[in-house]
This record gives sequence, C-alpha cells and structure tokens, in this order.
Amino acid sequence: MKTFGFAVKQIIPLIFSYVFVGIAFGILIHEAGYSVLWAFLSGAFIYAGSMQIVMVSLMTSGVPLIMIGIMTFFINARHIFYGIGFVAKFSKMGWKYPYMVLTLTDETYSVFCSIKYPENMDEEKVDFYIALICHVLWIISCTIGALAGEMLFFDMKGIEFSATAFFVVVCVNQYYQFDSHIPVITGFVSAIVFYFLLGSDYFILPALSVSLIIHTIMKERIDIQMGGMNYDN
Amino acid sequence: MTIELGFSTLILIVVASITGLTRAIPYFLFGGKKELPKTVHYLGTVLPASIMIILVVYCLRNINFTTFPFGMGELLSVGIVIAAQVTKKNAFLSIFLGTACYMILIRTVLPI
Repeated sequence: MKTFGFAVKQIIPLIFSYVFVGIAFGILIHEAGYSVLWAFLSGAFIYAGSMQIVMVSLMTSGVPLIMIGIMTFFINARHIFYGIGFVAKFSKMGWKYPYMVLTLTDETYSVFCSIKYPENMDEEKVDFYIALICHVLWIISCTIGALAGEMLFFDMKGIEFSATAFFVVVCVNQYYQFDSHIPVITGFVSAIVFYFLLGSDYFILPALSVSLIIHTIMKERIDIQMGGMNYDN
Repeated sequence: MTIELGFSTLILIVVASITGLTRAIPYFLFGGKKELPKTVHYLGTVLPASIMIILVVYCLRNINFTTFPFGMGELLSVGIVIAAQVTKKNAFLSIFLGTACYMILIRTVLPI
C-alpha cells in the first residue's frame, strides 16, 4: 500500500492533463457518431492522446488504410526512442514486461525518467503501478468524455498545459542532475533547427535521430564530463 | 457524415497495432540479447535529457509566431515554470503556477 501511494504521488502532476485530454477525446469521438464502446476501446488499446484525436478525423475522412498505418507510425515513432532506456529494466519484469512496453506514453516516460525511488521500495512494483494507474485513468477519462462529456465540460481550456509544465520541470531537474549539458543542448538546438526547417509536423523524428547520432559520436567526451558514470541503474 | 463500422473497426485495429509496434521496436531490437550493448546502455542514460527538451518543443509546436499573441502565453508560462523550479524546486508548485498563468493569460490579455 505504501508502494501504491508512492506511485500515485508520482503521477499527481499529470492527472489533470490525462483526465481533460481523455475527456476531450471522448467528446470528439462521440460527436463523430461513435458509441461509448469506441471511446473505451481506443483508450484501452491505442492509449496515445494525440493519435486518438487524429484517428477520429481519419475515421470520417476516407483516407486509405495503408496511409492511416503509415501516418500512425510517423506520429508515434518517437516512442522508439523512449524504449531505448528501458530495455534492461522492463525485460526483467516477467509477465508485466509486455504491459510495461505497450503502455509507455510521453507522460509515463517522463515520470520514469525523473523518479527517485526511496530505499527498500520495490522499483518494479512502483513502475507497474504507475503504468497501470495512468492507463486506467486514461481509459476512464475517454469513456466519461463519450458518456457525459458535454455535461461535465466546463471551461478547462489550457489545462493541457500542465503536461508541458511537467516536462519542463523534468528538464530543469535533469539539468542539475547531469554533469554534461551536451545532451540537453543537442536536443534543444536540433529541435529548434528542424522546427524552422521542416515545420511543426515533421521536426520531431529528425531532431530525435540527429540527437542520437550526435550522442553516439560524442560518447567519449560526454562520458568524461559525466565523470565516467556507470550505466547500471 | 456516414459511419462504416467495419472500416472503422479496421482503422482502430491498425492504429492500435502500429502504435504498439512503435512502442515495441526497441525491445525487438535489443530485448532478446542477454547482455545489452554498451552503446545502448549509454544512450539510455544520456538520451533522456535530449528527448525531454525535444518533447517540450513538441508540446509547443502549434504556436503561431506570425499572428498575435505570437506564443507569448506559452513562452511566458514556460518561463514561470522554469523560474519557479529553479528557485523553489517544488514540482507541484511550478506546474500549478505555470498552468494557472497560462489559463489566465489565454482568457485575458493573450487570447488564442
């Protein structure tokens, strides 16, 4: 129970963004003419906010299935980069392994990146609870949005900024944690450069890829700046 | 607007499967090996600092810099989050202040 409480505490900053974006999606898919079941299934099996919202417009657009598949891949390809840091950790989690893999979102990723586990606490359990609570919260929010969205939805415009704010907080904390600032500078510069070169829809994959390449090239220099830290945690 | 339930079901399945695939790819690539390559280990440690800042830019990607309010609401609120986090180091406070600032700004002086 202590573990569960700790897990809940880690996701409190994200609850608002999850609930309101989920409800917004539920309203959207319901207004497009789909029943609550669709909101529930999308939340449970897609579990990716911006993709679900794009999907609603795709469902009524007549875009061919193959194009939808390709678009989905590129919209969500950033997930590939998230997984790199968690292969060693998640693969030890037995039956929970596939669940941990398939429920890693922008938000849970940033929680896992910034979490400080207390001593004597089962890290695997914490991670699993975080994944599960966020997933369930998302499914409920999507479903409620479709069921009763219009009644619930007083003016909460802008609440989704809380997720952005959370990511900014993680960035600030990482800035103090990391002895080398090459990673954050690399990420920022490549994001900005590609944003202005390619525009808002296409910048993220080139930015992530270039960061990965630069990190690989500069491995020795970053290693030295990080004080030859070990990567075993 | 006509709804074709069969086709919609296919769309849902495709979107869910491909989304799952993007999440599973790193594990297909590296998960089977007993010993993780050193470079992957290294990248897993240093890359998050890069990824998080790119994710922030991604969240702010829909700012329109060519018309009023030129993203001032977002940028100002991000500034408040950074300032609060640097000085007070309290995540809840930083997120609350930033979000409250943003929600007030877009309703008052910087409507979007």
